[in-house]
Amino acid sequence: MSTLSPTMKSSAEYTGGGRRRVMGVVFLALAAAIWLLFARTTQGEMVTTFTLNPGGSQANFPNLEFITLPVLHAIAFVCALLGGYQLVRGFGTRTNAILGLVAALFIFAFLSWVASGTSLNLAGLLRATLIRAVPITLGALSGILCERAGVVNIAIEGMMLTGAMVAAIFGSLYGLWVGLLAGVLAGALLAVVHAIFSIKYKTDQIVSGTVINIFSIGMSSFISAKYLAANRQLNNPGIFPDIQIPGLAEIPFIGPILFSHNVFFFSMLLFLALLHFGLFFTRWGLRLRSVGEHPKAADTLGINVFKTRYMAVILGGMMAGFGGAYFTLGSVGRFDDVMTAGRGFIGLAAMIFGNWNPFGAFGAGLLFGFADMLAARLAILGVRVASEFLLMAPYIATMIVLAGVVGRGQAPAADGQPYEKEGH
Amino acid sequence: MANQDSQSTPPKDKSAFGIFMHELARGSLIVPILAIITGLLLGGLIVAVTTDQVYTAWSRSPLEAIGVGINAALRSYSALFNGAIGNPERIADALASGEAAALRRAFNPFFESLIKSVPYIFAGLAVALGFRAGLFNIGAEGQLFMGAVASVYVGFAVKGLPAIIHLPLALGAGALGGAIWGFIPGWLKAKTGGHEVINTIMMNYIAFRLSEYLLRGPLQRPDTTNPISPFIETTAQLPRFFESPIRFHLGFFIALAAAYGVYWLLFKTRLGFELRTVGANPNAARYAGMNILVITVLAMSLSGALAGMAGANEVLGVNYTLAPAFSSGYGFDSIALALIGRSHPVGVVLAALLFGTLRNGALQMQIAANVPVDIISVMQALILAFIAAPAIIRTIYRLRAPQQQEDGLHVRGWGG
Repeated sequence: MSTLSPTMKSSAEYTGGGRRRVMGVVFLALAAAIWLLFARTTQGEMVTTFTLNPGGSQANFPNLEFITLPVLHAIAFVCALLGGYQLVRGFGTRTNAILGLVAALFIFAFLSWVASGTSLNLAGLLRATLIRAVPITLGALSGILCERAGVVNIAIEGMMLTGAMVAAIFGSLYGLWVGLLAGVLAGALLAVVHAIFSIKYKTDQIVSGTVINIFSIGMSSFISAKYLAANRQLNNPGIFPDIQIPGLAEIPFIGPILFSHNVFFFSMLLFLALLHFGLFFTRWGLRLRSVGEHPKAADTLGINVFKTRYMAVILGGMMAGFGGAYFTLGSVGRFDDVMTAGRGFIGLAAMIFGNWNPFGAFGAGLLFGFADMLAARLAILGVRVASEFLLMAPYIATMIVLAGVVGRGQAPAADGQPYEKEGH
Repeated sequence: MANQDSQSTPPKDKSAFGIFMHELARGSLIVPILAIITGLLLGGLIVAVTTDQVYTAWSRSPLEAIGVGINAALRSYSALFNGAIGNPERIADALASGEAAALRRAFNPFFESLIKSVPYIFAGLAVALGFRAGLFNIGAEGQLFMGAVASVYVGFAVKGLPAIIHLPLALGAGALGGAIWGFIPGWLKAKTGGHEVINTIMMNYIAFRLSEYLLRGPLQRPDTTNPISPFIETTAQLPRFFESPIRFHLGFFIALAAAYGVYWLLFKTRLGFELRTVGANPNAARYAGMNILVITVLAMSLSGALAGMAGANEVLGVNYTLAPAFSSGYGFDSIALALIGRSHPVGVVLAALLFGTLRNGALQMQIAANVPVDIISVMQALILAFIAAPAIIRTIYRLRAPQQQEDGLHVRGWGG
């Protein structure tokens, strides 16, 4: 059915020579941006200092210091060189890897420019990026579970919000772990509703998702205004403490960044690995994906399409509920109205950006988390960049990916279509 | 997408209302009405369940608890009615006294409901127009923001024009701002197949961040650190018909005119026919030689322009300035509205009046009965749920299954 979209030009234009030229221009534009925006506004003798010890860490790692301007020029030159080669000859199948390299160089140039004349805690930035990636990635994993089975889920935001609130209330009353469990169950409950609507009643899945989003915002704000505002003891769950992985957490630089986090971070890594393995290396995953790609064929082979979709959507809801609990039990320690602030939708974007793959989504989550973190940091540092534009970056990047400029993503073929068993 | 027009016999009465009644009469009139009633009943149930006195009464006897609960719900709804339409006693007193100020105060709630309906009418029309063309415009909220930004800028930055020029200019800027925000996903859809649902969601958040930036930078009021724009010139204000406190303004009639315009476009013009054909069956449209690219882009742009007008009306008619939280989710509620109104302008206007009335009355309900306004969102979600899955309503009320395929709504798949 997705072939019915009124695409006027063949997709070849975006994958063939057109794409090669577009990417070349993108590389050159980034090189020009480094030179025009960063290098030209930097004085010759300014020094960039990157601190490599995160706050509170004992280890003493030397700072990374260099004179800003020559480094910026070198990076701009390399980017321009890559762009020129891409424009003339093309990197072929390695284009995406080169794009990643150019993007990384651009980010490094940007950070060097921000830290010129002052110092920036690089380790702290990396750690914060990982932390910010947690809810985004969990949201994306929720989306992957649902959409790989053919059910579009734009209700991640609503499920997360409800999960956050329920986790805060139960966490305050019965302790953190009960709160976490309650948040997961709340997500599952909404997922059941979404599943019944979109699988049993064959409601349009976007409408169903919208219902859940409106309901979640309304209900959580209602309960918050009615009960939480007056009873602070209902909204004070505290947060999960950081877990130091013995041995690994003491490694300088890497240890505090990677191995000292709370339960949400490590669970996310676990879910990531599990979902990747489950989806691509088990019978369970093969069945789930077949239901999302070609439900009729799956049905013919004796796979219960409805049951599989119910299972996938409910698991997805639990994942979103878990991600929601992060906001209250893993980060802030209380529930605020509409506190997810679009993170569920960024998760949806990360899912698309990551091409419906768990690790791809994690990569996108890191990228978006980085933008998120940087926007918060820059506002504190008072840097001359409007943080709002950084916050826009995930959305713009997703639209570019969706437009097929940087390689088209491949959605599951039966995504969003209700399955109708024949002969009933 | 619903294919209301493709296979049924044409209506005899060709007026806007005639077509609307014809579409409703095909077995679907009863469902929206029952959905609204059920939503209101469930809202009352939530009010009752969240009333503390119910539980103290429960310890004495369950029957008493039910009575207390029903009382609480009734009290809330009467507060809602008073807040939305007006307090009957006060209206009677005001009529008896005949004093102008008292009359204005007594009738103010009714007019406030109409004002609250204006952005709903525009945004609902925006989503409905998209539905008719087979496009799911989930980005009305963002388009509304961009419309508001554009019109507030023209409203305060352009000085010295007479109102007859300035006001249309500001309104046009609002429509243009929204149209641009609708054009981009429309163009992406037509040109690359990028799904408009994802793109409009992304455009929403880009619009939020952009307006935050503008309100902290170029559009900020000079004498404050708050993110708020300067007041617009009086020449850009939509004229009000009564003295304070009644804020009823020209926008309401512009909204009705827009509804008629959308009806005329959809059902009386060639473009509207092509638009509905593309929505009902893009393959047929392609074989008939229609330019799907142009129609898709045009439909999204028009949809965005309507949503932009919703934002412009809030700025030029009610607030006279722009602050970040000026929209209480009009864009998202409008999806519900368009579905309840069966994507027909008449239906949208009626549903918008209902939503505007509920929203307005809810404020009074919060003050008088201590029920948070957010209950309205919950009720809207419930109503939308019942409309979207008519089978639920049919099961609850044991209605017969429809003769023909039910007018559901289906969006074509992702990706492309």
